[in-house]
Amino acid sequence: MNFKRVFTIFLRQVFLLKRSVHRLVGIFYWSALELFLWGFLTVYLERIGGAEFGVITAVIGTVILWNFLMRIQQGIAISFLEDVWARNLMNLFGTPLNFKEYVAGLVLVGVASAVVSGMVMIAVAWFLFSYNLFQFGFLIVPYVLVLFFFGLALGMYTTAMILRFGPSSEILAWSIPALIPPFSGVFYSISTLPSWLQTVAFFLPPSHVFEGMRSVVLSGVFDSSRLFFAGILSVIFFFFAYWLLLRTYRFVLREGKFTRLQTE
Amino acid sequence: MVPVLEVRNLSKNYSQLEAVHDVSFSIDEGEIVGLLGPNGAGKTTTINMVLGLLTPTSGSIKIFGKDFAVNREEILYKVNFAAVYAQLPGNLSVWQNLYIFARLYGVPDARGKIQELMKEFDLEKFSSSRTGFLSSGEQSRLNLAKALLNNPRLLLLDEPTASIDPSTSQIVRSRIKDYARRNGTGVLWTSHNMHEIEEVCNRVLFVSHGKILLEGKPKELPAQYGKKDLEELFITVAREPLSLQ
Repeated sequence: MNFKRVFTIFLRQVFLLKRSVHRLVGIFYWSALELFLWGFLTVYLERIGGAEFGVITAVIGTVILWNFLMRIQQGIAISFLEDVWARNLMNLFGTPLNFKEYVAGLVLVGVASAVVSGMVMIAVAWFLFSYNLFQFGFLIVPYVLVLFFFGLALGMYTTAMILRFGPSSEILAWSIPALIPPFSGVFYSISTLPSWLQTVAFFLPPSHVFEGMRSVVLSGVFDSSRLFFAGILSVIFFFFAYWLLLRTYRFVLREGKFTRLQTE
Repeated sequence: MVPVLEVRNLSKNYSQLEAVHDVSFSIDEGEIVGLLGPNGAGKTTTINMVLGLLTPTSGSIKIFGKDFAVNREEILYKVNFAAVYAQLPGNLSVWQNLYIFARLYGVPDARGKIQELMKEFDLEKFSSSRTGFLSSGEQSRLNLAKALLNNPRLLLLDEPTASIDPSTSQIVRSRIKDYARRNGTGVLWTSHNMHEIEEVCNRVLFVSHGKILLEGKPKELPAQYGKKDLEELFITVAREPLSLQ
């Protein structure tokens, strides 16, 4: 692994941002907007439902962390799409850059945009709703790590799909993450779902994170075994997505799909 | 002397299509070889396999005497290419594009090299312009500048002068010829401009339906097949390849 080349992939995206205000704003615009919407909705619900329920605390934290996950996924998938749109993949892979270094560069972009977006959201939550994400103390670290690995997995899975099916499948960059929240308890408890959907939720790592956070806030109970299970699931998703992405890359080389990515 | 590029029995099959069939050729140091043939003959497929952008079904590719499949990274430090279908990202500036690729190729003193190439290809005034705003000819010159960033010992040029006006095209041809001679760089050059091929190439390979049909010196080959020039020979390869076998 050559870190200079990995950093170059990151630098290419930084150059893009320097020349494009809308790309720069896009890193935190949607996340901040979602926080505004859900933040004020929860303030309203708290007013009509009674402050003792702790709606703000239960929802705002999950919204911030969900957006952290989504930023990682989109940082990876959209950076890859930038190279597809610019028809740059042949130029890149005609250099000594290898695919693992390229993926590592995309991951770096994903992490950087998630950190920037996360910081903006934490600040907005603090100023508008007096919400402090760090009230969870060191517990926030494993929660974030689980979501981090799952975000990477989603980003790599999306990239593999676009690599496999071509630029016409770019909608997956936005639709794949949109599939997760309804089953992950971002905005409501998993117990709200019908039982068969609760089974689906059981196999999604974010659902354990968000349920766990809710449990800490509402009843003061921290379920370490649940967090451990979520961690295992996330790592499994991560390695599966990485394996799938490498396999898809080999398929693309074998079937000449780079040409398709250059022309579609 | 070890050839710069040595391709042996290279084939590429897709489910219903044999894009390249049992192709063998080599390029020596300082030699410019033209790869000619009609659209769909297998030229770009061959170049993509040499660059590692396409996995061959069978056969071997040796570059600088080393197996490409095993030594890809080491080899690509000294290989580069320019192709009409692989333009540099339009949303980065000329300098940014060259800088990104200089880093990927591990060019020492990247800034100095970029300056030198921008001057050589008359791109200095576009340094901070977005690449997408350049004319197609200017973009082709930028592609060529990128192709020379790492002082390649093997250069793959897929229709490098396709969008360039005749005057600039002539300058580009003489620069690449001069570069190949001075550095002992082997060049694989595809073009549909037969005058260009006659001027630049030491040797040509005619490809049809994925096979090498003819090989020889561009000035001697037409006469060997009773044709008045390379263009007439090209037309025969494209329309009646069987008549030449």
